[in-house]
Amino acid sequence: MDYVNIFLKSAFIENMVLAYFLGMCSYLAVSKSVKTAFGLGLAVIFVLGITMPINWVINHYLLSENGLLHIDLTFLRLILFIAVIASMVQLVEMVVEKFSPALYAALGIFLPLITVNCAILGGSLFMVSREYTFGESVAFGLGGGFGWFLAIVAIAAIRERIRYSNIPAPLRGLGIAFILTGLMGIAFMSLMGIDPAALAAAK
Amino acid sequence: MAETNVAQVEKKEPLFGKKERKLLVDPLNDNNPITVQVLGICSALAVTSLVYPSLVMAISVIFVTAFSSLFTSLLRHYIPKSVRMIAQLIIIASLVTVVELSLKALNYPVYKQLSVYIGLIITNCIVMGRLEAFAMANKPWRSFLDGIGNGLGYGAILLIVGFMRELFGKGTLFAGSPLEWKIVGPSADYLINTAGTGYMNNNLMVLPAAAMFVIGVIIWIQRTYNKKLIDVS
Repeated sequence: MDYVNIFLKSAFIENMVLAYFLGMCSYLAVSKSVKTAFGLGLAVIFVLGITMPINWVINHYLLSENGLLHIDLTFLRLILFIAVIASMVQLVEMVVEKFSPALYAALGIFLPLITVNCAILGGSLFMVSREYTFGESVAFGLGGGFGWFLAIVAIAAIRERIRYSNIPAPLRGLGIAFILTGLMGIAFMSLMGIDPAALAAAK
Repeated sequence: MAETNVAQVEKKEPLFGKKERKLLVDPLNDNNPITVQVLGICSALAVTSLVYPSLVMAISVIFVTAFSSLFTSLLRHYIPKSVRMIAQLIIIASLVTVVELSLKALNYPVYKQLSVYIGLIITNCIVMGRLEAFAMANKPWRSFLDGIGNGLGYGAILLIVGFMRELFGKGTLFAGSPLEWKIVGPSADYLINTAGTGYMNNNLMVLPAAAMFVIGVIIWIQRTYNKKLIDVS
């Protein structure tokens, strides 16, 4: 039950894009059509779901003072995390290419782009600062990825429609995308009052 | 004779000529990393609810962009193309670790406030983007200037957004720093409202979404005066 709570919380209430502004660059750059946004969103769920548990294991058993080495190596955290993410993205790319060419073709260039998506590294850093357990970090990774997916598909759908409306020329494109994201953030804030833990307790 | 020699040498390769100046000034308006190149928005928005953390963030990013550009440019002939991403990431990650640890030692409250966003400078697209687009193909001194220029362009937007959000949202400026300034006297509770002056805090500006609105409006104003940036598609 706890895992479901964390999943819901990270997907809706603490949405990576709309509450923390993570993964904004690719969110704004790749949200011009729903189809590509969909592919990128799937890839992000995938990579977040995989790197989060791996980084948890590294942080817990290798870097922390109570780990296998009994040395406090936390200053290496950033370098190791980003190396894991870069190599995992590479690995995922190769595995997907070998076993599912259809999915590989669908994701295309978006897989390598994910290395520099702030949401991935940000997720791992949040996991450390919130002291999640292994299972919680898996739920957080999948939930965060799902939230990111929802946000990018939603903005892509809005941007496809808004192309036909009469916006002042200087505001077209990037400007209106920023303002739309702000409005979506406010809309998502209405979910903030929901507390999954309290709901579960009330049952 | 010696003087003319020096002049000639300087003419050939000026240390700070027109091109170098352009590298520094261009990212402030025509080629701004945030409003034009759409890079580095991720870590920019979340820290701008107050001016002081924005300033610290801007300085950290300028440091990282400048020195990662310099080091990448120095190493550019030795980095194999197939592993250049990882090599660049290691350079950036080391610099960010330096920034993170120094900030932790020098100013712990701000370090706490910025939390994961300092670490996220690594994946700040400005840094990677400039390394790929500029430092891998240019000489160290120019890359260094390009890094500083882009860091400044990023920092300028950050400070404008931070200034607007803090002033209208909380009625203060530079809260938490020695320069702290408030709309009313020091006794008022500026977190709730600034009673006595008739000014009420605009709570919308404190929300993260306000950063998006402010940047949207900055883009609007910038493109009104700079017509060539208008999106025609």
